[in-house]
Amino acid sequence: MSTQDKDLSIKIRRSALGRARGLGSAKSGSAHWWAERMTAAALLPLSLYFVVSVIILLGADQAHMAAYMAEPWNSALFLALIAIMFYHLSMGLQVVIEDYVPDEAKRLITLLVIKGVIIFLALASAVSVLKLAFS
Amino acid sequence: MKDVREALMIGHNSEGKLVRRPLSPHLQVYKPQISSATSIFHRITGVALSVGTILMTLWLICAASGDAAFSVIQAFFASWIGMLILFGFTIALFYHFCNGIRHLAWDAGKGFELPDMHRSGKLVFAATIVLTVAFWVIALLVW
Repeated sequence: MSTQDKDLSIKIRRSALGRARGLGSAKSGSAHWWAERMTAAALLPLSLYFVVSVIILLGADQAHMAAYMAEPWNSALFLALIAIMFYHLSMGLQVVIEDYVPDEAKRLITLLVIKGVIIFLALASAVSVLKLAFS
Repeated sequence: MKDVREALMIGHNSEGKLVRRPLSPHLQVYKPQISSATSIFHRITGVALSVGTILMTLWLICAASGDAAFSVIQAFFASWIGMLILFGFTIALFYHFCNGIRHLAWDAGKGFELPDMHRSGKLVFAATIVLTVAFWVIALLVW
């Protein structure tokens, strides 16, 4: 064991297995940080796809929209966008709320309400895409 | 005491009396900088885009509901207020997109030097304007 390892074993009061799994006091380790970055990276191509889709569907009628979503790659990409985008924004809004709402009870209620709204919006969007895809 | 963090904000004045120390930073005495401006715009545009997803959801629900509902929402987006909202949405999206790339580069350990950071910040503002203008030129030609 080098001197550096000895220092580490004193400073980090956590089992070797716990350290390997990245579990700190928050019990989720770096998973939240990674999820923010991975969803951000996935949203780079997906948001460009969304922008192109919006341009294609500007002024479109319902039949045109339904035909667009009936293409499997379009419905699949929209479902991926919906899942990853709402996941990303729920993590982002959580950080903003935790920063600006100091009162614990208010913070908990705000987080619950916002997360509930996000889950509903995501489900409503996904169901709409699926209905267009299968009708 | 409303918050345990306030315990760290108590100090003594020159007469030895207990006083509440001021909170830092005081935004109003700071000169606006590229670093602080890009950071707060990232938050503002992120929150704005989150609100904007309500419109996207309405658009998809209307499309799934049928012809009548979809023509109503398409007409709303074509109105001046609808276009103004979409214009704001595109600025927010392209800004958050470009500055998000900047953040991912930082996470990879790149671009931390102050001159690099200032340059990339200016580049983000320029790219946002270029992408937004390009979007609307194409959109208005297609629409």
